[in-house]
Amino acid sequence: MEQFLQNLFGQNNILVYISMAVPPLIFMIAFALAAVYMERKVSAHMQDRLGPMLTGWHGVIQTVADIVKLLQKEDIIPAAADRKLFILAPFVTFIGSYAAYACIPFSSQYVGSSISLGLFFIIAISSLVSVGLLMAGWGSNNKYSLYGAIRSVAQIISYEIPTVLVILTIVILAGTIDLQAIVTAQGGWFWNWYIFGGPGGWEKLILLPLMLISFIIYYVTSLAETNRTPFDIPEAESELVAGYHTEYSGMRFAFFFLSEYANMFAVSAIAASLFFGGWQSPFGDSIPFLNTPVMQFAWFLLKGLFFIFVQMWLRWTLPRLRVDQLMYVCWKVLIPFAFVNLLAVALYVVLK
Amino acid sequence: MPEIKSEEIIVNMGPQHPSTHGVLRLEVKLDGEIVVDAIPHLGYLHRCFEKHCEAMTYPQIIPYTDRMDYVAAMSMEFGYVEACEKLMDIKVPERVQYIRVIMAELQRIASHMVAIGTYGNDIGAFTPFLFYFRDREKVLELFEITCGARLLYNYMWIGGLSHDIPHNFIEKTRDFVKYFRPIIDEVNNLLVYNKIFVERTANIGILPADVAINTGASGPVLRGSGVKFDLRKDDPYSIYNRFDFDVCIGTGEQGTVGDCWDRNKVRCDEMVESLKIITQALDQMPEGDITETLPKRIKPPIGEVYTRTETPKGEIGYYIISDGSTSPLRVKVRPPCFVNLSILPYITRGYLIADLVAILGSLDIVLGEIDR
Repeated sequence: MEQFLQNLFGQNNILVYISMAVPPLIFMIAFALAAVYMERKVSAHMQDRLGPMLTGWHGVIQTVADIVKLLQKEDIIPAAADRKLFILAPFVTFIGSYAAYACIPFSSQYVGSSISLGLFFIIAISSLVSVGLLMAGWGSNNKYSLYGAIRSVAQIISYEIPTVLVILTIVILAGTIDLQAIVTAQGGWFWNWYIFGGPGGWEKLILLPLMLISFIIYYVTSLAETNRTPFDIPEAESELVAGYHTEYSGMRFAFFFLSEYANMFAVSAIAASLFFGGWQSPFGDSIPFLNTPVMQFAWFLLKGLFFIFVQMWLRWTLPRLRVDQLMYVCWKVLIPFAFVNLLAVALYVVLK
Repeated sequence: MPEIKSEEIIVNMGPQHPSTHGVLRLEVKLDGEIVVDAIPHLGYLHRCFEKHCEAMTYPQIIPYTDRMDYVAAMSMEFGYVEACEKLMDIKVPERVQYIRVIMAELQRIASHMVAIGTYGNDIGAFTPFLFYFRDREKVLELFEITCGARLLYNYMWIGGLSHDIPHNFIEKTRDFVKYFRPIIDEVNNLLVYNKIFVERTANIGILPADVAINTGASGPVLRGSGVKFDLRKDDPYSIYNRFDFDVCIGTGEQGTVGDCWDRNKVRCDEMVESLKIITQALDQMPEGDITETLPKRIKPPIGEVYTRTETPKGEIGYYIISDGSTSPLRVKVRPPCFVNLSILPYITRGYLIADLVAILGSLDIVLGEIDR
């Protein structure tokens, strides 16, 4: 697609970059609207309620109405706040989550920027989110916000280690850190997905339990990185009111919200791309219609949404962990497992 | 290496905070995440209940007692009318006794539902909260068809009741008992035996039995510490000695006796026992009148009386002094939550902020009754 655009507008035309960058933004906003609605409906049905029913058919435009409401709200900046940090924080957070979309392959024809360091870039840039949260917590000059921010940063930084360790297992198997190349390598039938050991002969059966462990660790850490239950202690409502965004209102609050939901999809999309073949159809090329670019996007969306559904499912079922238990899970359970797992996969690749 | 300077932070939790269960203000001294001290500040909901009583006639006070523990208004009324009847030395008809017991036990179930539900919410699980609120609705509906009110009933009157139960009440209550019994197990599976919930509440906020007795704790807080004391059994009032039920105590099943998990589990078990009492009372209930004949102006003889009854939160005592006029000279209330809350500073020290919320939730306080 980049090639096509360059032919259209000419080499290195600014329009090429803009038209490559805009689709993820539109997708992100549309997705956040849909996901908020989805979360409401999923939680409502799990709790024997109906959820939003009045705004539009079954309340489908409820989130749009909420955005309109948030736009009208007074923009309050506390007198004692650090104005610069306070204003900047939502945007830093938002940029962190938006930039991660640049390297997510939406289909075989579209990836925002097909740099060969894709995975590395995503891991690096998504850390920007924690900078934004710390800015928000510190800038608000509120004790609850500060506690939320400190918790959040401690949590995100800790959980990045097991995340990277399990991502490395895939990188070792695929031999590349270009996300598009990793997805392309999983072509064909669904047993070529990395959750089933990736492409290869019968010897890959050894990998099955290892990849399952990898996936479970990745999924748990992704919950922690996006501050979802049972790891939602940075914004633990019953303890810290709303954590780092206690003092935010109106559109600034909406930006945090948007960024949170965008992050949810980003981690789910990475889970789908790494372990479940990304945009690959489960039937490979045996049903050609299901592997056209548009259908690829649909598969990708379906897989991503499934993981988001599981995230919501967990959120409305489980209670919340405590700070020390959260750190215990990370440092004493996930990291040792991830390390052993990484060594085992490396050993497999060497011996094969 | 220079010492890193660190200082304690004082955080005001409340009066507007999601998990202080009302307008309680906690002055929390924190060392990082660790609670150094937590001092409750009361009085945001103070309405001069005891002073008001001096200006009211005896029946007029009943609606005020409702507004103390508004989550368990029936139990509050029950204690007050018991006191007045003892003061006047009246014996109420059998049928009234049975209806009162049924109402009080239904109220106990409703109150424990709120307690367990909001406790789950404090720990971070939102769904059990809504499950229990859905079913609490069914209890409130039973109250509604009986006396028209859903929260503050003014149902138990001195010497009787405001209304008899409607014709379909017994049938509906039986349906509720049948429906609700499995729900308790469902929520226990979903919340109480959940691994994360156990991790969060077991071995947290341990209240030893001797401390509990010395501080005067009562209700599930006392029984959670393993003390088998329930006024319905140990000092039976009304007709509680006719029913067969167990007193549930904390056993330290998941941790230590007297931790948050035990206190919560006692409430779960008590709901089962209440269902037993309701079933027995429905079976035994006689036909008859629902009011004792009383003079229009209630004038108890000169004297004083103290009665104590078991509300869902613990022991409520009414100390009434009568000077022979239509209004009492003094009404003193011994509230359960107020006493239970006084334990908070002793059992929170050294725990984390998240535990503070867990401990506060396990005490199951209602501010309307603490501040009065």
